[in-house]
Amino acid sequence: MNVLEADSEKLLEAVLGLLKGKGVVTPEEITARIASTDSASPAQGARMVARAWTDPEYRALMLRDGTVAAEAMDIPMRGLPPLGVLENTDEVHNLVVCTLCSCYPRAVLGYPPFWFKSAAYRARAVRDPRGLIAEWGTTLPEGMQLRVVDSTADYRWMVLPRRPHGTEGWSVEQLAAIVREGDMIGVTIPSV
Amino acid sequence: MLAEGDRVRVKLDWPETRGPCHIRTPHYLRGREGVVERRLGSFRNPEDLAFARPAEERDLYHVRFDLPAIWQEADASEIVVCELIEQTYLLEDETSAGAGDVIVVELFEHWLEKLA
Repeated sequence: MNVLEADSEKLLEAVLGLLKGKGVVTPEEITARIASTDSASPAQGARMVARAWTDPEYRALMLRDGTVAAEAMDIPMRGLPPLGVLENTDEVHNLVVCTLCSCYPRAVLGYPPFWFKSAAYRARAVRDPRGLIAEWGTTLPEGMQLRVVDSTADYRWMVLPRRPHGTEGWSVEQLAAIVREGDMIGVTIPSV
Repeated sequence: MLAEGDRVRVKLDWPETRGPCHIRTPHYLRGREGVVERRLGSFRNPEDLAFARPAEERDLYHVRFDLPAIWQEADASEIVVCELIEQTYLLEDETSAGAGDVIVVELFEHWLEKLA
């Protein structure tokens, strides 16, 4: 019998027993990792985006080192691939894809949406990117450059969208509430 | 080591034809020319890691490519062949990338050849 045919619960129990027995990880570390995986959701990334919109120093940190910026918001990043943050500006719009598989910044965005892993999204994001985001109702202003970022190796990428007009004077909590998963992938743009 | 702004060509190589392998360089970029944006760091070579072999650290770069050019470089002889096989694909599935649109991809140093 190979690993793929094994009963998953028994396999998990056996692997956990070995990891603990050999001192590779402690039960506390496993519990902590399960908790951080469960708490990962787009709300974490949205908190980062909202803070970047209101705090120029934090914005600079986020663009320089996404991992440190996430940790500054108490998002556990230890042992995870480095997080890169892609800044949308008046001139540039970023769109993230992983054409080879489904690399995704899970610590800050949670599990990827089902379509992110689909062959259609992965193929069209590089060949038909403007047609693809148009299906979300996203049309870029004339002259804006589209930057497709194919996440092929050791980094994980999230988009820092532009703060929408009409949000002047809003609190960080109000701002975080309008930032959606798709805004941080680049298929949509935050709006109010 | 490569520097920001260096022009590079992705190796036109297909290890997939020689046996089992794990390659993080997308097919659509093999043989394409791009520009180094920055060095992202050093990471253990996934081509060895995937097979639990000793894996040395290699430099990883963010490399930028002109996006429309990736899909619009076919020469006339290629188009004739493709039209025979997949006529509708070529006629109806043009790229929607606009002039100036780019694609930025993480590529390992051993896949990049520096151009003069």
